[in-house]
Amino acid sequence: MMGRHWRTLSGALRRLASTPLATLVTVSVIGIALSLPAGLYLLLANLGQASNGLEVQPQISLFLKPDAGKDAQRQIEKQLRSHAAIKTFRFVGRDQALKELSAGNGLGDLAAGLPNNPLPDAYIITARENDVAQMDKLRLEVSQWQGVETAELDSAWAKRLNAMLDLGLQLTFILAALLAFGLIAGMGNIIRLQILTRQDEIEVSKLIGATDRFIRLPFLYHGALQGLLGGLAAWAIIAVSAQLLNLNVSRLATLYGSAFQLEGLALGDAAALLGSSAFLGWIGAYLAVSHFLRHFRISHH
Amino acid sequence: MISLSQVSKRYPGGFEALKDISFSIEKGEMVFVSGHSGAGKSTLLNLIAAIEPPSSGSIIINGQNLAQLRPAAVPFLRRNFGLIFQDHKLLYDRNVFDNVMLPLEITGFERSEAAKRTRAALDKVGLLEREKTMPIALSGGEQQRLCIARAIVHRPSILLADEPTGNLDSAYAGEILEMFKSFNQVGVTVLIVTHDERLIERFGARTLHLQHGILA
Repeated sequence: MMGRHWRTLSGALRRLASTPLATLVTVSVIGIALSLPAGLYLLLANLGQASNGLEVQPQISLFLKPDAGKDAQRQIEKQLRSHAAIKTFRFVGRDQALKELSAGNGLGDLAAGLPNNPLPDAYIITARENDVAQMDKLRLEVSQWQGVETAELDSAWAKRLNAMLDLGLQLTFILAALLAFGLIAGMGNIIRLQILTRQDEIEVSKLIGATDRFIRLPFLYHGALQGLLGGLAAWAIIAVSAQLLNLNVSRLATLYGSAFQLEGLALGDAAALLGSSAFLGWIGAYLAVSHFLRHFRISHH
Repeated sequence: MISLSQVSKRYPGGFEALKDISFSIEKGEMVFVSGHSGAGKSTLLNLIAAIEPPSSGSIIINGQNLAQLRPAAVPFLRRNFGLIFQDHKLLYDRNVFDNVMLPLEITGFERSEAAKRTRAALDKVGLLEREKTMPIALSGGEQQRLCIARAIVHRPSILLADEPTGNLDSAYAGEILEMFKSFNQVGVTVLIVTHDERLIERFGARTLHLQHGILA
């Protein structure tokens, strides 16, 4: 039984090799189609990696009430010092904050025109854990202390980036799903043409007692092989593109003082790519042959 | 072995190819079906080989009622038959050997045993020397013999032949029929459809004569 599978596999390979141009075109089309979502996925994965590497310490800004008074402030400072989840904190007095604001943002004139300083005293806190949920818990806790007006988590930009990456990933999956449908349909059509050129063989096989399973097998191998080759092509396209992009990426990264490099597909991801492309080819072939066999009548006389 | 009772076949449009046919063929019999073209000979073969269903009546092959056969069981029924076609139905993309090998591949034979049987079948029809030849390079008579080798290679219990001597001269036709006779002598049930009355006379076997879809 294994022997038949090997012979069928080598037969399918011979068939692909016997029409090299057609095979090349098909494989390229599949490869290009697959490299779009796979490349996008890779890009997002790399971005995610890069943003993790950016050593961003999310901070909590603790704003005091204007009328908090020295006692409340001392109490808060004591609590901050003894809190297990807090790594460091520093005090930014309202005068200093106003100075920084007018110096940093070119708002000096505006600041000078204000009748009195509208800024509150504040503490900038960094936590031991960078986990967003943990930080939010901490923020909630400190915001309820005596004399605290409000506490804000400065991880909004990280959240935004993450949300954008998630959105990108979602778009990638939608794109991948659409292309998967397209690939199945396209592969079905290729196999349908294969079937038409081998109709005599199918008819004779049926006449002498071949089961549908027997008839289907070589086409399934054909579809799966073509899918697999397409997956390999996609892999190659992605690897070459990453290399080309890296020339510019590393220059850009150097400007940011980073050694960031685009990574190619990890082995597990590549295996998933090849596996799913072979699987899509297999499904397309299966649907095409089954459809054909359902409508096939032996034309004998 | 083959039993038909009150079998009729009507085609869409009303043409009645076979009307109320009943006969049975015992195991090991050799039977001719004769009749002019359009008498329903080929339809009869198609019904027996489960290629087409009858409009009414019942057909029993090897104790199996075809009407009660699940579609998935039809391939296994067909393995009882060796089919010989007037137009040979050879596969022109593979050589003589691979053509004969096909039924054994379909039944899942072990490769070396299959090769042995294939050579034996080719030897019986005198094509052993031509196993590497492509069918297109064979003469009409050789193609017919190749078709016969493919029909007997899996040792079927029933041979169904549709005009097996159709395009052959009478010396060649006689040779082919002798071949069928030798298969029959080792116990194979043989059903031969032919319009060639002289051939039937020469062999003097039981003959079913069809006329406008009716057994005469």
